[in-house]
Amino acid sequence: MIDGVIALYIFMLAAFTGYEVISRVPVILHTPLMSGSNFVHGIVLVGAMVALGQADTTLLRVIGVVGVILAAGNAVGGYVVTERMLKMFVSAGRKKGPR
Amino acid sequence: MMPSPPTIQTVTQLSYLVAAALFILGLKRMSSPVTAVSGVRWAGAGMVLATLVTFLAFTGASPLNVALVIGAIAIGGTVAWISGKRVAMTDMPQMIALYNGMGGGAAAAIAAVELFRGSEHGIVHLVIAAVGGFIGSVSFSGSLIAFAKLQGLITKSVRFGGQKFVNLAILLVTAGLGFLVVSGMDSGLPLAGLPAVSLFFAFSLLLGIAMTLPIGGADMPVVISLYNALTGLAVGFEGFVLDNAAMIIAGTVVGAAGTLLTQLMAKAMNRSLGNVLFSNFGESSSAGGAGVTGSQKAIEASDAGVMMAYSQKIIIVPGYGLAVAQAQHKVWELTQLLIDHGVKVRFAIHPVAGRMPGHMNVLLAEAGVPYDLISDLDEINAEFETADVALIIGANDVVNPDARANRASPIFGMPILNADKAKNVVVIKRGQGQGFSGIDNALFVLDQTRMLYGDAQAAVSQLIQAVKAAG
Repeated sequence: MIDGVIALYIFMLAAFTGYEVISRVPVILHTPLMSGSNFVHGIVLVGAMVALGQADTTLLRVIGVVGVILAAGNAVGGYVVTERMLKMFVSAGRKKGPR
Repeated sequence: MMPSPPTIQTVTQLSYLVAAALFILGLKRMSSPVTAVSGVRWAGAGMVLATLVTFLAFTGASPLNVALVIGAIAIGGTVAWISGKRVAMTDMPQMIALYNGMGGGAAAAIAAVELFRGSEHGIVHLVIAAVGGFIGSVSFSGSLIAFAKLQGLITKSVRFGGQKFVNLAILLVTAGLGFLVVSGMDSGLPLAGLPAVSLFFAFSLLLGIAMTLPIGGADMPVVISLYNALTGLAVGFEGFVLDNAAMIIAGTVVGAAGTLLTQLMAKAMNRSLGNVLFSNFGESSSAGGAGVTGSQKAIEASDAGVMMAYSQKIIIVPGYGLAVAQAQHKVWELTQLLIDHGVKVRFAIHPVAGRMPGHMNVLLAEAGVPYDLISDLDEINAEFETADVALIIGANDVVNPDARANRASPIFGMPILNADKAKNVVVIKRGQGQGFSGIDNALFVLDQTRMLYGDAQAAVSQLIQAVKAAG
């Protein structure tokens, strides 16, 4: 469906996008952003689901189940910790200025 | 992929496109403090959409497989949800390492399924699957070691002579096995390749372990960031194999962003990535041989408190010791007290203070410190000269003047906070020993430096009492 050269185009444009998105980030957001990008590659869940969905032997099912568990952990855990961290920035911003 | 009606295909593909766009917009919004929370929610919406739509494409899959998928998501998701909600802010770096490793492992699992099946897509798909599987495996086992180190499960760095050559040998064996796997399958012998596939993954995992074990704890932020980028790349590669545009785009974006972030961090430590990975910096006890002479002079909290209460300007430099002691709330209490006394207080954050870039900012934000009080290295370094007191809380290497002056020091050349330029320096430190990196600190023996020994939380509490007593 996605043929070789088109895939290369997608790859190149996505790489530039990633570079641009992060290049103007203040240092204070580096950890949350690392965590956020960690969450984004949790999209591997979709691939793990497809791999398990088409598994047709016990071995492949076992590997597939392990893959989906790991991927779900990446996606859910990544989301939870990123949101927790970023929420603190918001509340800190609202309390702006000491007495 | 299972053959499914063309309309479902179209819906699925368009949904993946929307999800990918949401990820990129989400990351974009996460890069500004004001929009950051909405950013992660946008990305989260993308994730939910992509996951739900993938179930639509399951029309041809066996009910057993669908049940397994749902069960596995429930298990992995629940465990991660609970652990993510419970983990203390101070332990964030190792949790990120852990979740990242899981992503790498998932990418490797996809590759394993493809390779065991013997792909019908031809040699290019096989090679990409194998490379992605290799990268994912290295990221998986390496991240687990990084997690174990930060969690204190592994306290020693394993080092021996010729380690680099052993690692190189493992890499070459892995590459050889990868070649066997791909060429064997391409010529139509998928089952004959089964032991080779297993060995290929075993050696990939071994390489991740062998690469990470010798790296000292002080370098872990860079390593975690690198593995984050690697996982992204592995996910992108497996996206090619599965013809999944959302995976290609999201994985590659993270791969590129993570690589840039890793470079920024290595640069902040004035070291190249190769240096981090292949030199033994970070923990070796002999690294402090730079020969710091002089003795540390202790101070009582009551005296330090009086000194601070009557200062004009104080700069606080937090480090990992603050995180370990969970002292961020006490520090903010002390800061408010000092501000009430008319003292100008600023926080100086070194880019690599703590265990991740921005680690200190996260902790201070948790305590409610407004970010206009917080400055980074470039903004504040000139101000130390006008500060009456530099209060160092559990930071060490990032204020070591040897980095500027002593060519023999292992950290020579690293940009540091010029705390030694302040009129007085008060260092809160647990004991007289060397810090995490095992390097002697010339700041601690300067004439204007006084050491306040103790756990950061206890010491800051004593300072609060002392400042209150000073009226």
